[in-house]
Amino acid sequence: MSDRMFLKDLLKPHRIAMAAVAGGLTLLLAINMDWSWMPKYTPDILRALWITMALLAGSIVIGFLLAVPIGLVQVTGPRPLSLLAKTFCTLIRGTPILLQMWVLYYGLGSLFPYLPGLRGSWIWPFLIESWPYALVALTLSFAGYEGEVMRGAFKGVPRGELEAARAMGMHPLTILRRIWLPRAVQRVLPTLGGELILQLKATPLVATIAVVDIYAVFGRIRQETFITYEPLLMLALIYLLLAGSITFAMRLLEMKLSASR
Amino acid sequence: MKLKLALTGLAIATLAPLASAAEPVRIGIATEAYPPFSTPDASGSYTGWEVDIIHAICAEAKLDCTIVATAWDGIIPSLTAEKIDVIAASLSINEERLQVIDFSNKYYQTGASVAVAKGSDITPTPSGVAGKTIGVQSGSIHQAYALKHFPDATLREYQTQDEANQDLFAGRIDGALADVLILEEFLKSEEGMLCCEDAGLVAADQDIHGLGIGFGLRKGSDDLKAQLNAAIDVIRANGTYDEITAGYFNFNIFGE
Amino acid sequence: MATAYRDMSASELLSLTPPGWGGVLLDGLIVSLQVALLGYLIGLCIGLVGATLKRSGGPVIRDLMSVYTTLVRAIPELVLILLAYFAMPELVNALLTAAGQPRIEINGFVAGVLVIGFVQGAYATEVLRGAMASVPVGHIEAAQSFGMHPWRIFHRITLPELLPSALPGLSNLWLIATKDTALLAVVGFTELTLAARQAAGATKHHFLFLMAAGALYLIVTLLSAQLFRVLENRANRGARHV
Repeated sequence: MSDRMFLKDLLKPHRIAMAAVAGGLTLLLAINMDWSWMPKYTPDILRALWITMALLAGSIVIGFLLAVPIGLVQVTGPRPLSLLAKTFCTLIRGTPILLQMWVLYYGLGSLFPYLPGLRGSWIWPFLIESWPYALVALTLSFAGYEGEVMRGAFKGVPRGELEAARAMGMHPLTILRRIWLPRAVQRVLPTLGGELILQLKATPLVATIAVVDIYAVFGRIRQETFITYEPLLMLALIYLLLAGSITFAMRLLEMKLSASR
Repeated sequence: MKLKLALTGLAIATLAPLASAAEPVRIGIATEAYPPFSTPDASGSYTGWEVDIIHAICAEAKLDCTIVATAWDGIIPSLTAEKIDVIAASLSINEERLQVIDFSNKYYQTGASVAVAKGSDITPTPSGVAGKTIGVQSGSIHQAYALKHFPDATLREYQTQDEANQDLFAGRIDGALADVLILEEFLKSEEGMLCCEDAGLVAADQDIHGLGIGFGLRKGSDDLKAQLNAAIDVIRANGTYDEITAGYFNFNIFGE
Repeated sequence: MATAYRDMSASELLSLTPPGWGGVLLDGLIVSLQVALLGYLIGLCIGLVGATLKRSGGPVIRDLMSVYTTLVRAIPELVLILLAYFAMPELVNALLTAAGQPRIEINGFVAGVLVIGFVQGAYATEVLRGAMASVPVGHIEAAQSFGMHPWRIFHRITLPELLPSALPGLSNLWLIATKDTALLAVVGFTELTLAARQAAGATKHHFLFLMAAGALYLIVTLLSAQLFRVLENRANRGARHV
């Protein structure tokens, strides 16, 4: 039903006119600009697109798993843990993620030569790659922001529901698993789409620590072809499509969840 | 005082036909440190061989130059977008770039070499780097060289050469391919002496390494190009060039 | 001659006078704050106009505003900064030349301010639109029936009534603005983050300078949060009296 309303909305006369203007502009750009570089770089672009999406998905999943305890301990305590979680959120939210990434990558890297035992250890193969740093920085950032959101969500679940469960003799962990967490997640779901897009927008920063994501590939294209605008416009379009698919997927998820209730 | 004014007036009058002499010429250099050619210091200004040379050339050509620091990654677009008028960022003159911008004559020329960890068995040949991770600066001629000649090496691209050196020091890459002068400077630093050594020059490829390093100019700025070329010749002839060079290198870096 | 940075202590390295790099960091901080503040103010202006248009503009204008906010919210700031950095000056100058005006110079500072303002504008539009919706229409209609001038209505009724619900969002936007300035480091504009990076590169004390810059950002964040908390208390106190 909502689909049909959406379609009807789209078919208002002024929207058709605007779509036509936008389409015309796009066509004009497509014809007048230089896209000859596209075929040569398509494999590189696809490979980098995969890296961007993998970093995004990985950091969101791990970050969210971290955000749940970070948010929870701030509501339940104990006090030292709550303080720790709060400090973490403040640090992450109070400094630019670009700086966090550089501290992790170049800051830590500058110490390696002074830790002689490191080279033989099992962790060394990971330390010499650049993607683990990108993943860690993005994950911590997402955990920091989402931890704050989860804190509000846990706090916002009506006390009565939790007390009722307790009165029925439910184990605290069962309450968390069956009532508190699902209700909190339900509360953050509407804003989650926005958070995911913010996270997507943070991914190009990994190019500054030698990870070849989609942004870095287009940087190289600009360098090698000396074409400025076309690669930038294509890059913007790719991010638009990614953000669009995130929004769409979130809407599907929300619809599915509300239907199952 | 009056004499000075009169002389200045005279100078302006004689230079009047050269319109570009009147307005400041914006010299674009890379923001990122590229020692010993250009490095920022704690007072916010840039020093180095290339900065000294450009000052000498501007003085010789009587150009009113201002230095504009621009990210290396966008330095050619900055030139074409008229944010700067000249690129003085160790830009090699090669075919691909000549299709987009113009160049002055060369003002220095060097080779490329590979720096590696001390005791490494890497040699600067296609088979010598096979299976190794080699760091290059994104968009540099060295990246183009590695893509063409080192197909069996894993390339890691950095936004600046300094980052590649930093990772070579940290041990994250097995080697760094760059201008031999840049790598020598790194190897002379405390970090460089601690960790690394020069594995030697790579075989030259004229198509990529080009015809030396020149000032990048917008196409059509022929007056400026003539002024710069004349000034390069003068400072080469009158000893200024050698004097500046002696402060940084103990050999001739002009080539030939 | 190379300075022996390796042998210097942290306090010497962070000293405000060369060869210490503390002065460079502070200069970077000031530049960052200037860009953030100007960008924020531009963003607020765009936001006010945008929110008003979104509420009372025609269908075409409303949709155009939606296109603007959607684009800005979906495209990474880094890409927008590159576009602003390379495309905008050429576009502006092409327009100026077409209009017979002399070319203008758009330097890194101006480009930075404009792009932060442009991004902030999109978010501010949403924040202010939401806040405007919370102002009871009756209050404005009452003022109109008294024959109050629209500007006076905005100043005396709309603004004080929307501030309590807008301030949390606006505070958040300011914090985003200060952190977004760090992205200008990527186009080689020397603000705090790039200044720290240059100091780190020159001295090889990577941890020290990046952490020092982080501490400066954190101080700005914490002070700003405190300031906005005071402002929120004030705005809410006023609201209770009404």
